[in-house]
Amino acid sequence: MSELASESSATRAILKLSDVVKAFPGVRALDGVHLEVFEGEVHCLLGQNGAGKSTLIKVLAGVHHADSGEILWQGEPFAPASPQAAMRAGIATIYQELDLVDDLSVAENAFLGHEPSRFGFTRRRSAAAQTRTILTKLGHPEISPRRLIKDLPAAGKQIVSMARALSHDAKLIVMDEPSAVLAHDEVANLFRIIRELTANGIAVVYISHRLAEIREIGDRVTVLKDGRTTAAGLPARTPTRELVGKMTGRSFEYDFPPRAAPDRETTPLLTVEGLSRAGEFAGVSLTVRPGEIVGIAGLVGSGRSELLETIFGARRADHGTVILNGHRITSVGGAVRHGMGMAPEERKSQALLLDEPVFKNMTLASFAGFARAGFTAARDERAAAQRTADSLELRPRDVDRPARTLSGGNQQKVVVGRWLLGEKTRLLLLDEPTRGVDVGARAELYQVIHDLAANGVGVLLVSSEVPEVLGLADRVLVMREGRLIHEALAGEIGEDTVLDLVMAGSLMEGEAA
Amino acid sequence: MIAETALPKAQKYDDNLLRNLGLVGVLVILVIIGIVTRPELYSDPSWVRNNILIILQQASGIGVVTVGMTFVIIGGGIDLSVGAIIALAGVWATTLATQSYGAGGMIFTALAVGVAVGVVNGALIAYGKLVPFIATLAMLVSARGLAAQISGKQTQVSANDTINSIATTKLIGIPLLVWILAVVVAAGWVLLNRTTFGRRTVAVGGNPEAARLAGINVKRHTLLLYVLSGLCCGIGAIMLTSQATSAQAAMANLYELDAIAAAIIGGTLLSGGRGTIVGALFGVLVFSTITNLFAINNLATEVQNMVKGGIIVAAVLLQQFRYRSLTHLLRRRNDPDKP
Repeated sequence: MSELASESSATRAILKLSDVVKAFPGVRALDGVHLEVFEGEVHCLLGQNGAGKSTLIKVLAGVHHADSGEILWQGEPFAPASPQAAMRAGIATIYQELDLVDDLSVAENAFLGHEPSRFGFTRRRSAAAQTRTILTKLGHPEISPRRLIKDLPAAGKQIVSMARALSHDAKLIVMDEPSAVLAHDEVANLFRIIRELTANGIAVVYISHRLAEIREIGDRVTVLKDGRTTAAGLPARTPTRELVGKMTGRSFEYDFPPRAAPDRETTPLLTVEGLSRAGEFAGVSLTVRPGEIVGIAGLVGSGRSELLETIFGARRADHGTVILNGHRITSVGGAVRHGMGMAPEERKSQALLLDEPVFKNMTLASFAGFARAGFTAARDERAAAQRTADSLELRPRDVDRPARTLSGGNQQKVVVGRWLLGEKTRLLLLDEPTRGVDVGARAELYQVIHDLAANGVGVLLVSSEVPEVLGLADRVLVMREGRLIHEALAGEIGEDTVLDLVMAGSLMEGEAA
Repeated sequence: MIAETALPKAQKYDDNLLRNLGLVGVLVILVIIGIVTRPELYSDPSWVRNNILIILQQASGIGVVTVGMTFVIIGGGIDLSVGAIIALAGVWATTLATQSYGAGGMIFTALAVGVAVGVVNGALIAYGKLVPFIATLAMLVSARGLAAQISGKQTQVSANDTINSIATTKLIGIPLLVWILAVVVAAGWVLLNRTTFGRRTVAVGGNPEAARLAGINVKRHTLLLYVLSGLCCGIGAIMLTSQATSAQAAMANLYELDAIAAAIIGGTLLSGGRGTIVGALFGVLVFSTITNLFAINNLATEVQNMVKGGIIVAAVLLQQFRYRSLTHLLRRRNDPDKP
């Protein structure tokens, strides 16, 4: 194999995916992906959130297995049974959330899972020496193999992740948004390392939302949208407009029912002023009026979820105030009492009691209101939950079945229904309301949100999907790196512009280049 | 869509019912073993009646403690200090000074000590953010230490006739201790299944983040769960003191393990969010029946402990097996698409 590799030209494909499909219940995460990576190139993957990038990485890393399609690795069919198998084959993955063990040393992390050993005893000195060699190769001889990971800065951890990949003798390294946690000068060093790797014939699959970076380090670009490859192997110099077009051109329907614009003169329901939390977001001020839908567009990590949780009182603000209907909100209890509700980002881990019946999930925030002298009124609760389930067209309508057995879209209806029940909610915060929700249920959820607004409820919504924000909201706020950087009426701003703002103004740079 | 609608409606409740039936089956088997090994005893109806009351009486103290423990575990915690709380409450209630206040003073002291220790446990866990295992392990050690300090490592005899008569009194032919257990179990069942407190317990243990984001005060509720456990220990301390007509620092030894084991084999999920009071009661009865079986056969307690350990493992293995196979079976039966 290696002889063959040295004989053939530099543009030999080391990895080739054809028509790869991977489905999860209710969603086809990959729906025909094509990707061809050459030896020694930096191949960039581009796509909006939910386009299937993460799933694709996990298929390559042996975490998920493709349902159908062909994967050729060094010319042979490839289906890694486990992450270890993928690593042994020479594919290393550096995840966005670095998977290092904080309390182990640099050397122990680099060789985690394949420690040099003899008779079951680890050979620490050998591991340290090999780690030092790799770190020197990466241009970081100053990192001691004996240092603990938790004592290293973010950039240092990234270097160790890369050292781990090299300790496996990787021929392909997948990097998932490696620059997201790095400062500007550290990014330059990362690029220097990537260039050295590729000079030695190692291929890099590079994922980033920053188009300017892709232009600087990438050789070719593959664009994913809705689980499909919309452009394979474009040159990295492709004009921004064309790339963004490939990312946004819709294939599936966002069907937004028309609605009347809300009264812009009424007093705000929610007033947030100068809200800040160290390291998460800073100086956020916004208002939501009764019957108004305000959408926040921003990438994962832009501080949007943290902002919503802070408005809801679930996180303590360092500075600033949240006023709802004249009441200052500092705790979840207070927020709920004064008519605020929230559907959090992670339905299963943050919102649902999966083994409990649907009606108890729906009344989780209101069961005490039904109770008399501390005794729950299960019959009243069930009746109220049934009415809400009917109005939301929950499927199935049976409110006694465990929440676990519902599809993602119907689970989301249960979470939204929790705040509709009792009609106390004046302001609803929605964090990624349609994540993991299939197309049909999406349209229904959009209708529910519109109906709410029509009834005078204010809605503050966060979504990674720009068309969703634009289609649902009356007013759009763009959030980047913890700050609100732009505000516009939804009808007066285009998807390209929002996407461009979200991705750090690369459109302007692109046009200039 | 078909797979979705085909899932059994009340799978969880079926499962609880099945588990309890399984425990009743274990009890029946234990009785049969008793009949086979000692047929001459079982031929006497008055002995059988008496023996049942002995088993229930033996289950009474640990049963009350297990009710509190079940709440704590469903709420996502664990209380390793229950045995130590009983010892501290029992010793504090039987000091000469306390005894001078009479039966009322002794009962009040035992309950107050239980509640106070529960408050400390709960505060450390809910507000001090200590892991429940660590906080209550520390309490186990220090509460027994304090009990030894107060008692001067001596057995403190109760000279109060009212207290001592609790263990000997019978109402309609059934010992008062068994009545106390019945009342605590019934109250525990109502509390868990019919009150907002019970609903919060399941929510806090099943998904604390979801409970918090629904406006439930998770910290305060966690504190209350340990207070409830402490209160049950206070009641248990009075019952045990009455049975022994004395209290000492080493009393209720390893009660924490018995209570946890009973709750677990009764179907309470150690990770929280699910459990039943009735199952826990059956768990306690299984253990006290085994103890009784060994006693009537004059066998050593060492063997008994080994059998107990085996039963815990067998019960949990069986539950896992049954849960999996049951859901599998029901899914298949209700899904026309699958063979």
